[in-house]
Amino acid sequence: MLGFFARRIAILVPTFVGVSFIAFIFVRLLPGDPVLLLAGERGLPPERYAELLHRHGFDLPLWQQYLIYLMHLASGDFGSSFATKKPVWTEFFALFPATLELSLCAIVLAIAVGIPAGIVAAIKRGTAVDHTVMGAALVGYSMPIFWWALLLIIVFSGWLGWTPVSGRIGLIYFFKPVTGFMLIDSLLSGQKGAFGSAVSHLILPTIVLSTIPLAVIARQTRSAMLEVLGEDYVRTARAKGLPPWRVVGLHALRNALIPVVTTIGLQIGVLMAGAILTETIFSWPGVGKWMVDSIFRRDYQVVQGGLLLIALTVMIVNLTVDVLYGLINPRIRHVR
Amino acid sequence: MADLPLSPLLAGGTAIERPARFAEFWRYFRENRGAVAGLVFVCGIVLLAVSADVIAPHPPFEQYRDAFLQPPAWQEGGSRAFLLGTDAVGRDILSRLIHGARYSLFIGAVVVSIALVGGITLGLIAGFVRGIVDTAIMRLMDVILAFPSLLLALVLVAILGPGLFNAMIAIAITLQPHYVRLTRAAVLSERSKDYVTAARVSGAGPLRLMFVTILPNCMAPLIVQATLSFSNAILDAAALGFLGMGAQPPTPEWGTMLAEAREFILRAWWVVTLPGVAILLTVLAINLVGDGLRDALDPKMKRS
Repeated sequence: MLGFFARRIAILVPTFVGVSFIAFIFVRLLPGDPVLLLAGERGLPPERYAELLHRHGFDLPLWQQYLIYLMHLASGDFGSSFATKKPVWTEFFALFPATLELSLCAIVLAIAVGIPAGIVAAIKRGTAVDHTVMGAALVGYSMPIFWWALLLIIVFSGWLGWTPVSGRIGLIYFFKPVTGFMLIDSLLSGQKGAFGSAVSHLILPTIVLSTIPLAVIARQTRSAMLEVLGEDYVRTARAKGLPPWRVVGLHALRNALIPVVTTIGLQIGVLMAGAILTETIFSWPGVGKWMVDSIFRRDYQVVQGGLLLIALTVMIVNLTVDVLYGLINPRIRHVR
Repeated sequence: MADLPLSPLLAGGTAIERPARFAEFWRYFRENRGAVAGLVFVCGIVLLAVSADVIAPHPPFEQYRDAFLQPPAWQEGGSRAFLLGTDAVGRDILSRLIHGARYSLFIGAVVVSIALVGGITLGLIAGFVRGIVDTAIMRLMDVILAFPSLLLALVLVAILGPGLFNAMIAIAITLQPHYVRLTRAAVLSERSKDYVTAARVSGAGPLRLMFVTILPNCMAPLIVQATLSFSNAILDAAALGFLGMGAQPPTPEWGTMLAEAREFILRAWWVVTLPGVAILLTVLAINLVGDGLRDALDPKMKRS
């Protein structure tokens, strides 16, 4: 088992070095002179320009810049934003809880709806219920989510006026973040209506972000259940005269869930991609919107550090899923 | 050794088998009504795209100054001249949507071709050469997969400069690893089989082994993946267009049209809704075809 962990982590190291190199080289390739961007509209005298170039190390050869960059990384220094002058690390951690909160809500919704939907479709295979659920799943899977978000805004914010259009909480509420999760913080603040406001801001982004994972999980659950329902041990369980809910709920579901767990794990990376669109549309102050804004502002250091931190997050999640999978399913550990 | 009876036999065998295999595939594919419906719809879109200049009632860039934000024909204030209404600068939405079909199909085709050719080549090399080359290629693919695809595409487009062509390259790069992995896995499972050994023994060179002997037998999963990434490419390109990093206005690309329409979201529903419907239906139809292909080509699914 320890060997399994060690191998998995050993694979991550070259990937991480590769990721850091890509992030480094991408940002050097971005058009526009970082020093001029730093100076802003006013322009710079040549001697000041040279000084800034030197201070940021932009006058060194690329490979030296990369080595210096790696050394900074090793000491936990991800650079500082040109725009706000704050360390990228600090900004990332201030914004990450917002993305995490949204992603968690989305994945919980996707699981809570997707797995039962998949089970029902599998049990009622070939019926109208099956066709409806799978049809809906295919529509969800094909959905351009930025458009889906606009539709929901038109209906629920525009016509019905039920939900707010942007942000995490109403402007009238103000409290210091404790956990960074608005749902928890608003409860802790004890302000009347704060929690309700946080929930109403969260609903639409959650639905939008969960759409694709929900569809994928429902489809995967259905096919895994169908595969398992044909197995001998399910037939035996039925033959023993067990009630159908026990056969489906215990004997079949537990075995069908193994591939579903992998699917859920893989969806985390998809969620991060979806968060970029969702956060941009709903002005959700998370990591995705931060990255998009930084790309448009050409904030080199943030793009570089953000790319790296986001990739690292995805890698850690994938590693966790891998390890969990190894724990559930011992056969995996001995492959490779 | 040249007159071994084995090789003519083999050659004759495949020649007889090919049409039969297609007939079998078609029999399975036809059973799936959704897939057939999707195929018909996709063919319709292709026809629309090809004949856009003839079919579209108006030129896509023509601005009618007396018809800003006119609602669709069936709504009050709409007119027969603009069946699906006009946008904020008085362009006919129906015509722009028809012309947009060209962009979407073009994007899908180009992205899939780039990703397929690059992915197959790298996958074949990795699976065939093994050793350090294999490790290097696969680690590089891991690195690409570690970034969320849309974020990677965004940064790539920021480097290359916004525009449709660069967006297509960026999306192809993010889709590539899936093809590399699929091809490599298929090559690994095929390369030790008897027919490959037979070809090797009878003197086939590595290039012939890779492309002529092994590749045709790995195509099924690649075809399915190609269909699925065709729809992914359309979605991602539309998303980049929506973020202002894809096709630039006034191109009638569906995602770009949506981005332009965003500010009218609460005033003119048709400007926002219709391009999205076009994206959704096209992607849905392609995915239906993809599902049908997977069921028809995957032997494991056939028995259920």
